[in-house]
Amino acid sequence: MIGYLIRRLFQAILVTFFVTVITLLLVHLFPGGPVRAMLGPRASAAQVAYFNKQYGFNRPIYVQYGKWIWQLLHGNLGYSIKLNQTVASELTNRLPKTIILVGLGTVVSLLFGIPLGIYQAVRRYTVGDYVLTGISFLGYATPTFFIALLLVEWFAVDSHVFPPFAPQGDTVGAVLSQPRALVLPVLAYGFLLYALWSRYMRSSVMDNLVQDYVRTARAKGASERRVLWGHVFRNSLISIVTLLGLSLPTLVAGAIFIEVVFNYPGMGYAFYQAAENVDYATLLGFTLVATAATIIGNLLADVGYAVLDPRVRYS
Amino acid sequence: MSMITPPPETPPAELAPAEADGGGLLTAVEAAELGLAPAAKPRSMLRRGWEVFAENKLALASIGVLVFIVAFCFVGPLFYHTDQVHTNLSETLCTPSTSHLLGCNELGYDELGRLMVGGQTSLEVGVAAALVSVIVGTLYGAISGFIGGTFDAFLMRVVDAGLAIPYIMVVIILSVVFHPTTFIMIFIIAAFYWLGVARLVRGETLTLRTREYVQAVKVIGGGRGRAVVRHVVPNAIGTIIVQATFAIADSILLLAGLGFLALGVQPPATDWGSMLSNGLNYLEGGGYWWLIYPPGIAIILTCIAFNFIGDALRDAFETRLQRR
Repeated sequence: MIGYLIRRLFQAILVTFFVTVITLLLVHLFPGGPVRAMLGPRASAAQVAYFNKQYGFNRPIYVQYGKWIWQLLHGNLGYSIKLNQTVASELTNRLPKTIILVGLGTVVSLLFGIPLGIYQAVRRYTVGDYVLTGISFLGYATPTFFIALLLVEWFAVDSHVFPPFAPQGDTVGAVLSQPRALVLPVLAYGFLLYALWSRYMRSSVMDNLVQDYVRTARAKGASERRVLWGHVFRNSLISIVTLLGLSLPTLVAGAIFIEVVFNYPGMGYAFYQAAENVDYATLLGFTLVATAATIIGNLLADVGYAVLDPRVRYS
Repeated sequence: MSMITPPPETPPAELAPAEADGGGLLTAVEAAELGLAPAAKPRSMLRRGWEVFAENKLALASIGVLVFIVAFCFVGPLFYHTDQVHTNLSETLCTPSTSHLLGCNELGYDELGRLMVGGQTSLEVGVAAALVSVIVGTLYGAISGFIGGTFDAFLMRVVDAGLAIPYIMVVIILSVVFHPTTFIMIFIIAAFYWLGVARLVRGETLTLRTREYVQAVKVIGGGRGRAVVRHVVPNAIGTIIVQATFAIADSILLLAGLGFLALGVQPPATDWGSMLSNGLNYLEGGGYWWLIYPPGIAIILTCIAFNFIGDALRDAFETRLQRR
């Protein structure tokens, strides 16, 4: 177990190193270099040269890399000229609100996805299964922004049940104080994920139902209910736990579109604004943080899997 | 916008006993057929695969839908002539009529004609991005897995790193950097998509390279390149084709999403996603259904069709589902 963890941790560190290299390459992809991207096309060559020197972009690439990593290790994600504040402070303002959206949306989607996925597996190839399969395929094939805007049309514009915009406000408290405004963004986000969990749960339960241990349990006279909830359910949940850790990039991606549609004051919306303003410091800083979260999520998923499933540890 | 494709279908539990005579899990129809003709003459792999595929009525219907959509986009403009380059402000937001079967958008473009042109872009970018991803990913994964050792570990950590960066974020950054034309869009979408393919193909290669027929290549003096191209890749082709199918759907959806963020193909070119997000501006005005539902339904139908076909192909290539 310890050996497995150390090996896995070493891999994660190596991956993080490659990520920083890829990110540095992205910085230098900007036409005319990062300073040109920052100052815009009308900046004079002298201005670009001045800022290049100021930020050290005229130094050899390995020096730049070293200094940049040093800064990152001190929590300095860069400075956004467009926002006139550090990326880190923008992040600390925005991230908690995105975590609320992602957290609530994930919980809602799991609350629907897991039971309905089990229902589908138990009642497979019935009308109910086909209807739910159809719904989850809609979730896969419909652009996120389309679903979100249709919800706005139906529940906000046509019927005034919920407000069309997400809660506005600077603090987490302000966002949470407007629960009605949270409903539509969370629902739209939850639907996106529902498709994922329910399909996965259906397939996982169906896989488990044909395992030997199920036959053994039945042979011992366990009731169908006990077989399902005492044995199959628990084993199927293991894979969902892993999937949760592995789908962090999907969670982040979904949040961007939902936040843009609902004008939600989170990280995804800020990322979109940064894309509009060609604010490369924010773009790269946010990407780096989301990536770090993904790596940690993957690591936790693997550790969780090893804890829950002894077979992994020894292989 | 899910990057994770639906998990594979598993045959029902109650048919498990059929394993004994078929050597694999069988579907209901197959089991029945097997009972009638247990000693059928051997068929080619393609033929057997097609039989499994054809049992999936949804997949057959999906092929029909796709043929229709492709014909609509590429043959349609030959019969239904519209001007999709010059704006016509006298016909702004005109309602559907005999001269404009699906009305016009806010710049006076005929919506039905635009649906064909936009569909061409969506399909072309989707298919091309999928092809690029699959070709690059397959070669990378097969070579990495085949050579193995430290080399493989190194290449795979690069893949892990690329996959750890949230896909949509990096695609947005690339779009901001390159102000993409439709052609460049293909490579932006493929730039990080191939990583997933590489990982899958590498896994497949790891099992394939220990097979005797691959080992035999070495014994008779064949090079590594020959082993990879002539023996490993063809045997991983099932995985590869299934991935390609899902990749097309993912790419079309991603292009649509970028269109919504105004980072997709630039006007006067358009794709279904740009049309849809444009039409959604008129959602609250009410009544402009022809700007919203046709492109929306086109995207959904196309993506569902590719997903169904991908599922059916996976079953078809899954040898345990096939009659031996």
